[in-house]
Amino acid sequence: MRTKPILLTLLTLLVCSSLMFAGTVSGKVTYTGTPAKQKPIDMGKEPSCAKQHATPVTGETVVTGPDNALENVVVYVSSGAPDDGQVPSQAVTFEQKGCQYIPHVLVMHTNQELKIVNSDQTSHNIHPLAKVNREWNKSQPPGTAPIVDKYDKPEFISVKCNVHPWMHGEFAVLSTNHYDVSKGGGDFKLPNLPPGKYTITAWHEDYGTQTADVTITGNETKDVNFTFKAKAY
Amino acid sequence: MGKFFAVTVAIIAILSAIPIVMNYWGPPADISTHGAAIDDQLHETMWEAGVSFLAAQLVLALFVWQFAGRGRNDKLKNFPGGAKWLVIAAFLFVGTEILALGVIGQKAWATVYFAAPDKDAVTVQAQAGQFAFYFRYPGPDGKFGTPRPDKIDEGNQNFFGLDPENDVASRDDIVAGELAVPVNRQVNLLMHSKDVGHSFYVRELRIQQDFVPGLDLAVHFTATKTGQYEIVCTQLCGLGHYNMKAYLNVLSQEDFDKWLKDKSAQ
Repeated sequence: MRTKPILLTLLTLLVCSSLMFAGTVSGKVTYTGTPAKQKPIDMGKEPSCAKQHATPVTGETVVTGPDNALENVVVYVSSGAPDDGQVPSQAVTFEQKGCQYIPHVLVMHTNQELKIVNSDQTSHNIHPLAKVNREWNKSQPPGTAPIVDKYDKPEFISVKCNVHPWMHGEFAVLSTNHYDVSKGGGDFKLPNLPPGKYTITAWHEDYGTQTADVTITGNETKDVNFTFKAKAY
Repeated sequence: MGKFFAVTVAIIAILSAIPIVMNYWGPPADISTHGAAIDDQLHETMWEAGVSFLAAQLVLALFVWQFAGRGRNDKLKNFPGGAKWLVIAAFLFVGTEILALGVIGQKAWATVYFAAPDKDAVTVQAQAGQFAFYFRYPGPDGKFGTPRPDKIDEGNQNFFGLDPENDVASRDDIVAGELAVPVNRQVNLLMHSKDVGHSFYVRELRIQQDFVPGLDLAVHFTATKTGQYEIVCTQLCGLGHYNMKAYLNVLSQEDFDKWLKDKSAQ
């Protein structure tokens, strides 16, 4: 009868101690050079989408911020993380709204539930161009239930709509839960890393990947920055 | 019973001709220089086909009226000269009609397809792909960049497969999802299909031309009225065919120049 509280105490201690000694890798993703100009998207053929945007939206392949910050870069622990097989129970959501994908880059764990929602007044045909995982494309008329699926192998998958050629997004299927996607300032943060050696990878859909090795020894924050070379065209 | 059937056939034939003769479902107003010839041709075809249709139905009604009550043992009557001459007469009649329509219609056809475009015509490339139209203008240098299928990247707005990094002519090419043209100036439309068969149809322009994969065709037209008109795909091209459309914007020359300038700056 007494073993249960003892086990619980031990478990709590274990969790607390690992958190106490958990390190963080943080930094900024930037670019050098001049990135290609993102052109405005002409949604004229789909008035129900066009009217949702006061000014025409531009492509999102390269999104930059102040001080050469680069957005939409997936930064993740590509090796060394101890909890690689833990699949989050919560689903990730990919929304089709205003004939755009929100978010543009969606990160998920392998076998994590993926929910695809159509919030538009028009039909979409979602087509993730998977090469390692099974490729499919599905139509989703307005007002229909979300499409639910999952990917069982890690892969970066370009997503397109077979009805609206300008629509473009990316799925990043990873085998880790330690990831972040750089936002407006190019910042990213990977917390809760127990002491150990890690390889951190930064992936951008157009500029490729970069890696950095980092060692966490205790309760510390390590700075890792990534700089991508921009393509003019 | 036979007489009732004959009257019914005659009534249906006459009733169905009324909306066509009265022009209830006429096409929208023509906005092109060649459209009048197309409309004349359609009119002529409708008249000839309509008169033949009515005549055939009424003769059928007449025959039914005349011979429906024939007894089982009555003697069969033959057309004078037998069936052979009747068939020959029908062949000659229909053949002459079709030939005549072709000869007359050739003029309307030739203005769009066989005559060379004007030297100052605005050249625009139209590309059809599942399931959208895109239009390309050569930009200030007057030259189109060379399209490279391996460079097509729709998610990055590169619908024509341009290679601005290596191909200088493609750098100023203007790509749009709408077809903007100046009014009263000839437009030479170069038609290219990216994947399967599509069609370019603008009712008001009286143009309906298929895009054929692997075969680049050209049509030229002059729009005579400013406004916005719908371009639809009329060749079943797949799942999203119903949604494959774009708009033709006929602008004044000044507005067209401004439109080009704005597009260039983007």
